[in-house]
Amino acid sequence: MKLRQLFTALCLAATAATAQAEDPNLARNLAATCANCHGTNGKSVDGSGMEALAGTTKEKLLQKIRDFKSGDKPATIMHQIVKGYTDEQMALITTYFAAQK
Amino acid sequence: MIFNRRNFLKAMSAATATGALYGCAGATKANGHVVIVGGGFGGATAAKYLRMWSNGGVQVTLIERNAQFISCPISNLVVSGDKTLADITIGYEGLKKWGVRVIQDEVTGIDASKRTIRLAQGGEMSYDRLVLSPGIDFMFETLPGLNNADAQSKILHAWKAGSQTVALRKQLEDMKDGGTYAITIPKAPYRCPPGPYERASLIAGYFKAKKPKSKVLILDANEDVVSKKGLFMKAWADLYPGTLEYRPNSELRDVDAANHTAILEFDKVKVDVLNVVPPQRAGNIAAQSGLKLINNRWVDIDWLSMASTNTPGIHVLGDAIFPAATMPKSGHMANQHAKLATAAILNLLAGDAPNPAPLLMNTCYSFVDSRNAIHVASVHSYDAEKKTMLPVQGAGGVSVIRNELEAKSAMGWAKNIWADMLT
Repeated sequence: MKLRQLFTALCLAATAATAQAEDPNLARNLAATCANCHGTNGKSVDGSGMEALAGTTKEKLLQKIRDFKSGDKPATIMHQIVKGYTDEQMALITTYFAAQK
Repeated sequence: MIFNRRNFLKAMSAATATGALYGCAGATKANGHVVIVGGGFGGATAAKYLRMWSNGGVQVTLIERNAQFISCPISNLVVSGDKTLADITIGYEGLKKWGVRVIQDEVTGIDASKRTIRLAQGGEMSYDRLVLSPGIDFMFETLPGLNNADAQSKILHAWKAGSQTVALRKQLEDMKDGGTYAITIPKAPYRCPPGPYERASLIAGYFKAKKPKSKVLILDANEDVVSKKGLFMKAWADLYPGTLEYRPNSELRDVDAANHTAILEFDKVKVDVLNVVPPQRAGNIAAQSGLKLINNRWVDIDWLSMASTNTPGIHVLGDAIFPAATMPKSGHMANQHAKLATAAILNLLAGDAPNPAPLLMNTCYSFVDSRNAIHVASVHSYDAEKKTMLPVQGAGGVSVIRNELEAKSAMGWAKNIWADMLT
């Protein structure tokens, strides 16, 4: 139990810089809201026409999101969805997907 | 046959933290036995994610009365003849690979104080957490003429995908050209708000191509089109003038099944194929187990965990719950409920509080003909003060116009959400 508390404390310290990270699984939980279209953990079904997000760098993903938000990247639906997430949430989500193999 | 926590604990090995970055998540180790009732969009997703996110540490039993999953989304394309039932049917083998114990049976009762359920085929099963994802059941008692098996075999709902989907298709094929198909829509909330309008549109498309003298009539209990109104109205005006007629404020009061007649307040409408989407409430097992209901129909839940507000240990997902403002009863939403509940259950089993800031999003595509679709999307975030989910202002919206790209996206959505829940 003591070890677990120590580990938890270390984790919290590691994520302290990231806002809203009260729950250590927040990034995982937020990224799961994308899975309906982009596949579990960002691995979309082959041939489904949906973009896989797993393993894409954080910078690249954040740029796409900025382009959807600004309207620079034309979209049918993504420009409406990205506006529902804060910058902090998008940072967590993109970090999570970038880390998926 | 009794399953208990001790047996499962014995079988369990210590969960290990996975991956350097998210190893922290493994710091809270959940274990126990979660029983899930209903293998649709909510229950199947919860089953997979409980196994995946606990690294196999949590034992999961899924009880589902059907042998295979049949998707309601895309089923209107089976009604219109554009797809087959096989296209929307998927087995539960993928969940078994995740270590989910899948049992084809029905739950007949819940003892929430003892944390056990009773099965139709006999025996009890104990749980640490129970997840109910039973979908809807129909309030046939509100339509006396339809409240018997014989009438229900003639006047179909096809609002649970499966044999009725195929039977409705057959009725349309058998209908003579020059006939009329009518669909009745109950007052909201009901499962899949745009679904009836999509079905009417697709059938109008089928008539236009194959039975051009035939008509589609929408008898809507609501005062206006409930979902994607502008897009549906434009599609009907552009594609189906003279074929599709929309009548608002036309609540179904009863049915004369023998004569294919919809009985409204001031009118009786006799048609060739009558398709009644009956009024609905939470699936029986959720509605009749002492869980707190709202309007005597939908389960009241805590949005931080999807837990029943009056019965400890029971979480409810999907169409069976009383929805938050603007939240539709959709398969997509049920999948998202399942992930929220899964995260909360794993925290609770590990002795931690649920995530205080959950977020849900919804996407819903509808076909207006066999090649063109439209969508509505929304994002909902938890409001700690109001203790409910509120739509994020400025986010979400509907399509600009129907098009083929959205139809491709709709099929891509289906393939990915089916995989997200079942493989």
